[in-house]
Amino acid sequence: MSMPFYVSPEQMMKDRADYARKGIARGRALVAMQTPSCIVIVAENPSTTLRKVSEIYDRIAFAGVGKYNEFDQLRVAGVRAAELRGYQYSRNDVDARSLSNQYAQVLGDVFSTMGPKPLEVELLVVEVGDTPVNDRLFHVLYDGTLLDEKNYCVLGGDAEGIGKRLAASYRDDFDLASAIKVAVAALTGTERTLAAADLEVAILTRNGKRRAFTRVLDDAVADALR
Amino acid sequence: MTMPRFTAGDDPGASFPELLRKVGLDAFPRGGLSSSDVAALPHATTCLALTYDGGVVMAGDRRATAGMSISHRTMDKVVQADELSGVAIAGTAGPAMEMIKLFQLQLEYYEKVEGQSLSLEGKANQLSMMVRSNLPAAMQGFVVVPIFAGFDPLIGRGRLWDYDPTGGRYEEHDFVATGSGSMLAGTVLRVGWRQNLSRDAAIDLASRALWEASDADTATGGPDVLRGIYPIVASIDTRGWNRVADDSLAKTYETIMSEVRKR
Repeated sequence: MSMPFYVSPEQMMKDRADYARKGIARGRALVAMQTPSCIVIVAENPSTTLRKVSEIYDRIAFAGVGKYNEFDQLRVAGVRAAELRGYQYSRNDVDARSLSNQYAQVLGDVFSTMGPKPLEVELLVVEVGDTPVNDRLFHVLYDGTLLDEKNYCVLGGDAEGIGKRLAASYRDDFDLASAIKVAVAALTGTERTLAAADLEVAILTRNGKRRAFTRVLDDAVADALR
Repeated sequence: MTMPRFTAGDDPGASFPELLRKVGLDAFPRGGLSSSDVAALPHATTCLALTYDGGVVMAGDRRATAGMSISHRTMDKVVQADELSGVAIAGTAGPAMEMIKLFQLQLEYYEKVEGQSLSLEGKANQLSMMVRSNLPAAMQGFVVVPIFAGFDPLIGRGRLWDYDPTGGRYEEHDFVATGSGSMLAGTVLRVGWRQNLSRDAAIDLASRALWEASDADTATGGPDVLRGIYPIVASIDTRGWNRVADDSLAKTYETIMSEVRKR
């Protein structure tokens, strides 16, 4: 009879984390930023149909990086969770905190026990408030770690480098155009440039209509980058 | 509450009612009440819709009746379904309002899950399926009969649909009325409707149709000047849903009433 090799829990978790991190690092990054008028999410995404950023509920948006099919399934699960809660209780009872906790639970479960492999995704759940103080930016990592971010948030490959560039240029009084410009500059660094067609930009407008989510069209993005 | 997740074969897709069934929250309960209870429950009554040059106008009175008494004076039987469409409903108020809510949720849910809106025809079909889901209840007397209308950007004009309690879906080109006062309102529309009406003329005609319905049908509420309650009248065109303000309706009804006084 053959004995299975002993793998220490530390080693197993490390292997799984490395696997997930490699998958995520291969994907292109995205940036979310609070401004006085809105929360803006800028993602590097040449596809116009396979979205990284989308609407979850009235004031809540979702963004994912990593494997598209994995985070898209989680997006739909989030829409379902939010809609079911709003249907059973009230639209006011749907919030980003509860939703991101549910995401953290799913990712944590798959990472540590259930899945044959961890999900190679990182998620962002943002909720726009009446003032920037009441905005919520939740960043969910592949292992279910939940981070409560302030001002801005970076997800995906080279998040560290992008975060450093953003920290240097971020201000809390940007208008939409300058916020997009700064976000794109942080994503690209100095060596390359991105055109409007390579970007996916969406905003959650403050004090707007019931549905705060809007996509920023390529023309408007191009104007902002000029 | 945990996040609902499904295997590929079990996934309810972009259908919200199906999702509700999967998680055990069926929106269309089966059985329970006997048909003798039906008369005692609130009923919503007359609604109508008509096309005009560039869109549709929808209108409905505000009264709900339970047997011989008025149970509500400010019911919203005509509501916006999404950006370019609206739904009006007559029948047993409870299931009717639930159906409207579910229909609105379904349109938005589909749009979010699929990343694009349903076509207007798709929306009309979706409502037909919801009315059909209510069929067991309808057989017991809990009938729900909606009107669906909207602006179709694919064709560039307003369209409207009429339903029967079994889910039958009939597209009408000119106008449609449903509910207890539908014969009266329908007659006014039949006499007054012309091709290429202006928006104002269509709003005026809808207001008159509801006036005549309320004049002879006890279950249809007329303009309530005392309390300042007026019917809901709204137009839908390329710019979307636009509800007519009560002030403006008050003026319209003042004109109608002064004409009636001179009869």
